[in-house]
Amino acid sequence: MVEEIGSTADGNIILNVGPQHPATHGVLHLVITINGETIQKVEPHLGYIHRSIEKMCESLTYRQFIYVTSRMDYLSSHINNHACALCVEKGLQIEVPLRAQVIRVLMDELTRIASHELWWGAMAMDLGAFTPFFHAFREREAINDIMEETCGARLTMNYMVPGGVMQDIHPNFQKRVKEFIALFKSKVSEYNELVTGNIIFQNRMKGVGNLSAADAISFGCTGPTARGSGVSCDIRKLYPYEIYDTINFEEILETEGDSFARYMVRVREMSQSISIIEQLIDNIPEGDFQAKTKAVLKLPKGEFYQRVETARGDFGVYIVSEGGTTPYRIKFRSPGFSNLSALDHMARGSKLGDLVAMMGTLDLVIPDIDR
Amino acid sequence: MTIEALKEKITALFPAVTFEEGSQWPTVLVEPTDWHRMAEVLRQNESFCFDYLFCLTCIDWKTHLTMVYHLDSTIYRHNLVVKVKLEKVNPAIETVSDIWQTANFHEREVYEMFGVNFLNHPDLRLLILPDGWEGKNPLLKDFEDPINMIKL
Repeated sequence: MVEEIGSTADGNIILNVGPQHPATHGVLHLVITINGETIQKVEPHLGYIHRSIEKMCESLTYRQFIYVTSRMDYLSSHINNHACALCVEKGLQIEVPLRAQVIRVLMDELTRIASHELWWGAMAMDLGAFTPFFHAFREREAINDIMEETCGARLTMNYMVPGGVMQDIHPNFQKRVKEFIALFKSKVSEYNELVTGNIIFQNRMKGVGNLSAADAISFGCTGPTARGSGVSCDIRKLYPYEIYDTINFEEILETEGDSFARYMVRVREMSQSISIIEQLIDNIPEGDFQAKTKAVLKLPKGEFYQRVETARGDFGVYIVSEGGTTPYRIKFRSPGFSNLSALDHMARGSKLGDLVAMMGTLDLVIPDIDR
Repeated sequence: MTIEALKEKITALFPAVTFEEGSQWPTVLVEPTDWHRMAEVLRQNESFCFDYLFCLTCIDWKTHLTMVYHLDSTIYRHNLVVKVKLEKVNPAIETVSDIWQTANFHEREVYEMFGVNFLNHPDLRLLILPDGWEGKNPLLKDFEDPINMIKL
C-alpha cells in the first residue's frame, strides 16, 4: 500500500515523489522515507505506464511484435528493434546482407548519441541549469532529421525488420550524417565548458550516489551506470553482434562509481559513437538492404535469446517458440528495471536534494522499466 | 571453462541435475528443493563465479510453470541457464535475492505476473500492478480480462 504523507512514530517523514514530477522524467512514483533531510529508504512504485507488452506480443506475429518494442525504450527504439530482429534471425538462421548490417550499426550509434544528448540536457535541467537543454536539442534535432528522411519517423522508427532494414537509406543520408558529425564536433567542447567543467555542477555530482563495482553487478546494473563503477559490461565488446567485432572503438570505463563518473561515461561515449560512425559512413557496401525472407515467419520450436547494448545497458529479448507464427512467451530484459533497483541502495543516507542527481545519472526511461 | 567442463563440474557437485540440449547456452534442470543450495555454489564457487543474474523469468506451460534463470560470470564470461519446474497450483520456490540482489525486483514481478510464491523473500509485494490485484496473474495463459483487453 502507498503510505500517505505524514510522519511516523519514530520521527521519520513519508514523502511521495511522483508519479507526476519533473525530476522523475515520466510516471515514476517514489515513496521516500526521510529523517530531516536524510533519506532512510526509497521505494519505487511502478506500473503507471505498464502496457503488458510481453502479453501483447504473444498474439502478434514475428513481423508485428517488433513495432511494439519501439514503445518501450523510446529513446533507443532502433536498438530495441535491432535486438528483436536479431533474435528472430537467430531462430530462422537468416544471413543478413553486409549493407544492412552496416546501416543497422550506423542507426544504432546515431540513436545512442541522440539518447545521450537528451539525457545530458535533462540531467543539467534536473540540477537547475536550463540552457544546456537547448544546446542538446540543437544537435539531437539534426539526428532526428536524418532519421525522418530515411525511416519516416522521428521517435518510433520501426526501421529494422527480420532480414535487414525496411528500405534503403535516403540518397542524402551520407551527406547529412557527415554534416552532423562536423556540427557535433564543433559543439561538443561547449558541453564541457558549460557543464562538465562547472564547479557548482561538479560539486553536486561528485561523491553522490556511490555504487561499488560488486553492488553494480549484484543489482544487475548495466550500461553507463555500471561502467561508471568500473564494471566492463559493454555487450558490443563482450558478445559482439553484427559487425561490432570489426570496428575499432573503446569501452569507456570510470572507476569512481559516483554520479559524476556515470556522467563522464555518457559524455565520453558520445565521442566513441561518433568515431564508429566515421569509420562506417564512407564504407557502406553495395548490395541488398534486406535478405529474402518468407512472407510468414515461423520460428522453430525452441528458445532464443539475444543481448544488445542500448543507450541504457544490456537489453535482452527472450523468445520461447512452440513452432507457430507467434511467440509462446516473450520476455524483455530491460536495463532500466535493474538499474532502478539499485536506487534505494545508492540513496540511503544521502540528502534528499542529491536524489535528483542520482536519478538523473541512472538515465531512467519509465516505459522501458514498466514495459 | 569450456561447456563440457562446466557440465562435468556441475554434474560432479549435483548428480541429480539433468541437462537440456539444443540451446544457445548450457541449460540445466534443477529440482525446486535443490535450487537455493545450488545457486549459492554457482555464485560462490571460484571455478563458476556466476555473479551476474541477467534475466529471471517464468513460463506458463499450462500444466506446470518453469522458472528460468540466465546467469553470466563477469570474470570468466561463461553463461548458464537454470530451469526449475514448479507446480501449477500454489507454485513456490526459495528466493535467490540474498545471492543476487537484482532478483529482488525480478521475483516481485514474477510473483504478481505468475503468482509464484518466493519463500523467504524480504519484500514480496506488488511492484507493477496496482493495489488490490492479488490473485489475478496477467501473464498466465488462462488470464482473461474482458475490459482491459491485452490479447489482440
